[in-house]
Amino acid sequence: MIPFIGFLILLLLGYFFGKWAEQRHFQSINIREQQWVRLPNSNNRELLIPMQQIDKAELVCGSVVISIDYFKRLLAILRSIVGGPVASYETLLDRARREALLRMKEQCTGAVQIINIRVETSSIHNAAGNGIGSVELLAYGTAIYGQAAEGSQQANSAAN
Amino acid sequence: MFITNTETVPGKTIIDCYGVVSGSTVRAKHVGRDIMAGIKNVFGGELRGYTELLNESRDEAISRMKAQASEMGANAIVNVRFSTSSVAAGAAEIYVYGTAVRVE
Repeated sequence: MIPFIGFLILLLLGYFFGKWAEQRHFQSINIREQQWVRLPNSNNRELLIPMQQIDKAELVCGSVVISIDYFKRLLAILRSIVGGPVASYETLLDRARREALLRMKEQCTGAVQIINIRVETSSIHNAAGNGIGSVELLAYGTAIYGQAAEGSQQANSAAN
Repeated sequence: MFITNTETVPGKTIIDCYGVVSGSTVRAKHVGRDIMAGIKNVFGGELRGYTELLNESRDEAISRMKAQASEMGANAIVNVRFSTSSVAAGAAEIYVYGTAVRVE
């Protein structure tokens, strides 16, 4: 009986705190994405905006390790019996990826554009042994600082 | 030193190429962090300890790569790639590699 109660408590804690934390995280991501919507970024190798003068080009990275809560982990295990889309992992990866991209952008204030963005995912093994549960997302790219060519900036903000 | 993950350093011309340079670190997290992460695994959310740890090891790997490149006489590294792999439970390897070049 006792182990069952413990399990139930973990499940409830996971459900309520996990839901609350996820909602708060999505809210903060939405607000910050609005702030950075004007920064042109692409995963092309070429410059997105033609530049008149380039002062600096540097590597920027952003990374985050995010873990899933106990309730959603159970849902995922149940889902793996019948198969199909695992919605609980989809939201986990979505918010981790957006957070990593935002952290990368937050590192290059004053940059004109970020090019050649790459995103990598790796799962981190935890001590308990069940490998799935926390993922590391790494986003990196090249930030370009300097002066954009005349006229191209307006064209870009119109496109935005 | 210029570090980019594109084929060239935008705005600069490559005049010499020295070959591939790389840096790697294997890091383990300490027990306290592992226990904290275990607790955090119930509630979900960001594992700040691990984020910090991976950032530290990435910086370490990059500085090792830089040291190797400056030894060769390069002043820029282009086409940088990262890879993370967990070699054992509790330890992660960060590997970073790129091409050392000289720009004008």
